Amino acid sequence: MPASVPSVLQPIQGAVVVGASTGIGAALARRLGRAGYHLALAARRAAPLGELCAQINAEAGRPVARAYPHDVTQGTEVPALFQAILRDLGRIDLVVYSAGALLPVALSEFDYAKDRAMFEVNLLGALAWLNQAAMLFERQGSGQIVGLSSIAGERGRIGAPAYNASKAALNTYLEALRNRLARKGVHVLTVRPGFVQTEMLKHSPKSFWVISPEQAAEDIYQAIRARKQLVYSPARWRLVGLVIRHIPSAVFRRMSF
Amino acid sequence: MINHLMSPNFPDFDRLTPVSSFGRAARSTGYVYRPTHVDQIAGLFRRAAAHGFTIAPRGAGRSYGDAALNGGQVVLDLQRMDRVLDWDPASGVIRVEPGVTIEQVWRHTLEDGWWPPVVPGTMRPTLGGCLGMNVHGKNNFRTGPIGEHVLAFEALLPTGEHVTCTPTHNADLFYGLISGAGLLGVFTSITLQLKHLYSGNLAVEAWATPNLAATLDDMEPLKVEADYLVGWIDGTATGRVRGRGQIHQARYLPPGADPRPAYTLSLDYQALPDTLFGLLPKSILWRFMRLGLNRPGVALVNAAKHLAARLQSPGRRHAYEQSLAAFNFLLDYIPNWQHGYGRHGLLQYQSFIPRAAAAGTFLAILELSQRRRQPSYLGVLKRHRPDLFLLSHAVDGFSLALDFPVPASPAGRADFQQMAHDFDQIVLSAGGRFYLAKDSTLTPHTAARYLGPDVLGRWQALKMRCDPGQLLQTELYRRVLAPALASASGAPPAEAPPASALVPRSADPAAAPQPSNGHRPRAPGGP
Repeated sequence: MPASVPSVLQPIQGAVVVGASTGIGAALARRLGRAGYHLALAARRAAPLGELCAQINAEAGRPVARAYPHDVTQGTEVPALFQAILRDLGRIDLVVYSAGALLPVALSEFDYAKDRAMFEVNLLGALAWLNQAAMLFERQGSGQIVGLSSIAGERGRIGAPAYNASKAALNTYLEALRNRLARKGVHVLTVRPGFVQTEMLKHSPKSFWVISPEQAAEDIYQAIRARKQLVYSPARWRLVGLVIRHIPSAVFRRMSF
Repeated sequence: MINHLMSPNFPDFDRLTPVSSFGRAARSTGYVYRPTHVDQIAGLFRRAAAHGFTIAPRGAGRSYGDAALNGGQVVLDLQRMDRVLDWDPASGVIRVEPGVTIEQVWRHTLEDGWWPPVVPGTMRPTLGGCLGMNVHGKNNFRTGPIGEHVLAFEALLPTGEHVTCTPTHNADLFYGLISGAGLLGVFTSITLQLKHLYSGNLAVEAWATPNLAATLDDMEPLKVEADYLVGWIDGTATGRVRGRGQIHQARYLPPGADPRPAYTLSLDYQALPDTLFGLLPKSILWRFMRLGLNRPGVALVNAAKHLAARLQSPGRRHAYEQSLAAFNFLLDYIPNWQHGYGRHGLLQYQSFIPRAAAAGTFLAILELSQRRRQPSYLGVLKRHRPDLFLLSHAVDGFSLALDFPVPASPAGRADFQQMAHDFDQIVLSAGGRFYLAKDSTLTPHTAARYLGPDVLGRWQALKMRCDPGQLLQTELYRRVLAPALASASGAPPAEAPPASALVPRSADPAAAPQPSNGHRPRAPGGP
């Protein structure tokens, strides 16, 4: 666990959480703050982000979190912002991409604007941030990358084609990053939560096994510590995912799921 | 001319490089710039200031801790400014760029009969680094630190001002920049008075000592007659033989004593051999050291070394002649020996204690390290005298430098940190001092106590004069000196450890990104 006293022997680890203002990102930021990290928190909405930083700092009793208001669809801003964060933290050991968008689409709706918006947040933003993380970590020969994917990336379903596709693409990108960077001492974790009680759940009326963002954050934190490469939250989704991945197409295309 | 130091992106992402301390215990990733001309340094100052980045000057990176690290910011590596600008074999005065190493100096001058008057235990450091830390040698009790042999230097201040300093001209800058840990300005040329020699050999005497009191008693009277004096201490010996060791004293040969001075002053004669016993390449020796660098291994090696010293000189002193390089640069004898400590590296705890309190203090430190089961693997004793430099580490007394392996586990590291803090209290109560080139564990509170409010106030004034924008910063500065200065200038007492590595801390840490040097607010997202 990172220490709270700056010293050469026990340097304070630095973590970046993108998409930190609400939901799993916010809960994970709190968890990492309690674990002793210095935090750079990025999100679009400045007000809840600032409030979160204030809460984390109050709990720590000292300034450990800073806010970096940022819209992940503005990918060209990321290199300079990443440099500013690295400068302010002094070191980055962990980068979490938890920004995600799920826009509800009707079963017969094919809306390019919505689909594109989801890809921009779920995938292109991840590329912008995690490419920076990968470049830094490759050079320093250490570091952890965490991507928040979803159980929804296992298959393409009738209800959320673009969301499914964006998460599937994220899975593949994270896998490729892992294969590139594992040999350089860098660890990549793919997180696949099931239903989590966040704003996103408003659009999932048929949800079940719903867990709190805090529970998901704890699962993710433990997976970071154990340097796992894949974690389902809660863990029983691993079995569900296994089953879903093996449903034959002939069956799957008749399902309303 | 295409000058990549002037590329439009600043800092250039491609320059991100992992940088580590000599002991490899401290590491961080910074943007490394390696200028070859002073104008490029001036350009870097301007651009770093404009973009809200700080700069850490770095020489050969031989400091044991975080003195030349600047994670996420700019590291100004001066090793490519490595030209000898002027050499006068008649007067022994040499003028060099800051990246010239001790090795380059003596290789340039020895055959003319001149030698650097002060050399550390390794010849790898740059002169800029040597002045920044105001290094000492095994002759500190006679010659003082290297700064006392600097006739003049030129430096570039972060304000853009070029200054020339001598002990009488700009004296406050002279005594501040030398010992200033690179935090006040960047040396651009250094003029050093060398020492004239009549032989490339030293007359050495070595003998074993049974315990710490005997070691110090033997060393003390030699401060008037020896030219060099150093003690090795077995950190693993306990009880009545705690602090046993071996003393080496050496003297320059007088004129006429060496029948073949031209031969002993030749570079061939001074070259350290590449092989051991003419067979074993020394470049691989650290791999074998690794096998012995554990507690039982070190205890065995130390006991054997002490026994050998006793057998070699039973009841008397073993006298022989040895080359200057071999005697002085013990740390270079086995290349990359620090890698023998493994991937977690090593660190050193060095304290400087007034003479009367030295024996008791060093015994207490050795005893505590043994009781905490973290014994030192190598201990070195030296005799010192005070000097006039602002951040001086010297006292009229002795120093004990203890090498330790860095514990692998977080719990072991926390225990070590606690032990170092406990050492600090022993050192402070003896009126002792510390040396920034070696430090990895000082707290701001301890630093404020050993430096005292007067020195801190004067140093703060110099910092404001030379670097009002806080452009020159290192991790050591943010960890120790900056919070010590803040506590000394009336902020809350530094009882509690500093809250954050985000130094100086922003008043509202939840605010949008602020440059950590606090001198130029900028829009989120950067330029």
